[in-house]
Amino acid sequence: MALIDLANPTRFLNAAARVLPWLAAVTALVFAIGLYLVWFTAPDDYQQGATVKIMFIHVPNAWLSMGVWTVMSIASIGTLVWRHPLADVAAKAAAPIGAAFTFLALVTGSLWGRPMWGTYWEWDARLTSVLVLFLMYLGLIALWRAVEDPSRAARAAAVLTLVGAINIPIIKFSVDWWNTLHQGASVLRIGGPTMDRAFLIPLLVMAVAFSLLFITLHLAAMRNEILRRRVRSLQMLQARAFSGESLPRTGSGVGTGSRAENASKQQSGAA
Amino acid sequence: MSLGPYTSFIVTSYTLVAAVVLILIVWIALDYRGQKERLRELEAGGIARRSGRGAADF
Repeated sequence: MALIDLANPTRFLNAAARVLPWLAAVTALVFAIGLYLVWFTAPDDYQQGATVKIMFIHVPNAWLSMGVWTVMSIASIGTLVWRHPLADVAAKAAAPIGAAFTFLALVTGSLWGRPMWGTYWEWDARLTSVLVLFLMYLGLIALWRAVEDPSRAARAAAVLTLVGAINIPIIKFSVDWWNTLHQGASVLRIGGPTMDRAFLIPLLVMAVAFSLLFITLHLAAMRNEILRRRVRSLQMLQARAFSGESLPRTGSGVGTGSRAENASKQQSGAA
Repeated sequence: MSLGPYTSFIVTSYTLVAAVVLILIVWIALDYRGQKERLRELEAGGIARRSGRGAADF
């Protein structure tokens, strides 16, 4: 099956049903390996002691908080340019997962900061810009819930997502542009990582594990969203039936409720 | 295994991450069951998809 075939919601659902169990199993396996490396092979830091173990969950969550918004931004381009229903679905399904990762990055960072910096919170550029990212995730979720028609909500959410994407480079480079309490980049930097392999390898394995977790949860959440839109379409048909309008014949009714589909229905109605 | 003077910070961090991940998994699983159940109820009431296939058959 070509990748483009997955752009059809029905084919996507079939593919997701086949892939998800395997993806979940691989995710669990990589987590098991990562946690073994973290708890049984990674040494304590000579300055931080065992507190360095918080890094192995804080950093992947922080990377994913930005990565998920980037995925949503790409999907938003798909919504605005190609008006593809799966792009709406992908963006909407990713938002709560991204919000959860951002929340975890903030809280684990705070719990790491208290013993190392002497404070849970500091209004410096890195921490503040990540807090702004978290609030943007919540705003986006609220927007999706506030507008009943998914296709109308999708366009507004796509614009907001793309405007919010300006925060991603601000977060990444905040430690270089401003004087912050947060340390500078030590893995994703020009010149390569400065971290010792004893910490770097467990960190990268945990990052892969959390990334696989995101892919698994995102596919499952996209599947739910497609089904939710089908429920909505069927409920609208049912409401029309109750109000006395004739029901379409079997074989002429419900798709994903997408904008493209609605536009095509309007065109055929006008003709 | 000794985690030093900041054990509570480390344990709280890992517990919190595990709890949030678990909540996400359970929420998505329950949502899936709920949507499939609603589709089945609607189709049992005679509402059909354009393709004629069962929308809950996934």
